[in-house]
Amino acid sequence: MSLKAFHIVFIAASALLSLGFGAWALADGGALSIAAAAVAFALAAALAFYGRRFLKKVARTGYIAGGRL
Amino acid sequence: MQIPFTVAPRPDTGVNNAKLGVWLFLASEVMLFGGLFSAYIFLRIGAPEWPGMVGGHAYERASDILNVPLATLNTMVLIGSSVTMVMSWASLAMQRFDRYRLYMGATIALGFVFLVVKAFEYGEKFSHGYLPAENNFLAIYFVLTGLHGLHVIGGILVNMYFMWPGARMWKTDPKRFTNRIEIAGLYWHFVDLVWIFLFPTIYLL
Repeated sequence: MSLKAFHIVFIAASALLSLGFGAWALADGGALSIAAAAVAFALAAALAFYGRRFLKKVARTGYIAGGRL
Repeated sequence: MQIPFTVAPRPDTGVNNAKLGVWLFLASEVMLFGGLFSAYIFLRIGAPEWPGMVGGHAYERASDILNVPLATLNTMVLIGSSVTMVMSWASLAMQRFDRYRLYMGATIALGFVFLVVKAFEYGEKFSHGYLPAENNFLAIYFVLTGLHGLHVIGGILVNMYFMWPGARMWKTDPKRFTNRIEIAGLYWHFVDLVWIFLFPTIYLL
């Protein structure tokens, strides 16, 4: 597995962690925890967006497309 | 004599020797951390209470003892460092050595930020007398996070080598140097991925 493929796996795992952390914070209750949950969900969305962009770049750009995914 | 298959893939394995070597090393690391995660699971299953008695007080949740906001900050620091690490490799692939220096410097800096935050967290525990000998929870917490911290230190040392003395190879053999950064990046991503599993397991669940 190349670095680019491992990076995509890592970003996917990080996005899942952010979602899980958001759910954990929501279950905790409290105003601060709800704010933390909102930040976590926003981070999960940002990571998903970044991962998608990176994946597109992998497919499009020659230097990244060269070699195995 | 030139060492064969340092950059070009070997016909029998389909990858170059450096990549095969780092994946074999990472497989041994999976077994090391896997064994400790198993120890954590069995300790937890066998414990009547978790985390249990710490400093004469019975705790029901790990998050009541550990500093979740600091650990969350460290999680974001490591995610950021993975992005800068992959960008440093991509910069070399695009023949942008100046950008490589910038992103690799950021990766090293973020690694140090992680360690400083961790040291602060450890200091907080020590000041309360929360030591590994206190109970099984703190013992496995210090072993797992300490071992992970040592891996971060190792990664920083490797990255610093490629930032300064090792970077001379860029002038003589740029393809091989780019490949070396990819290999270092694989290790760094592995260390970050371990934390992605450690954080929820120890701090949240």
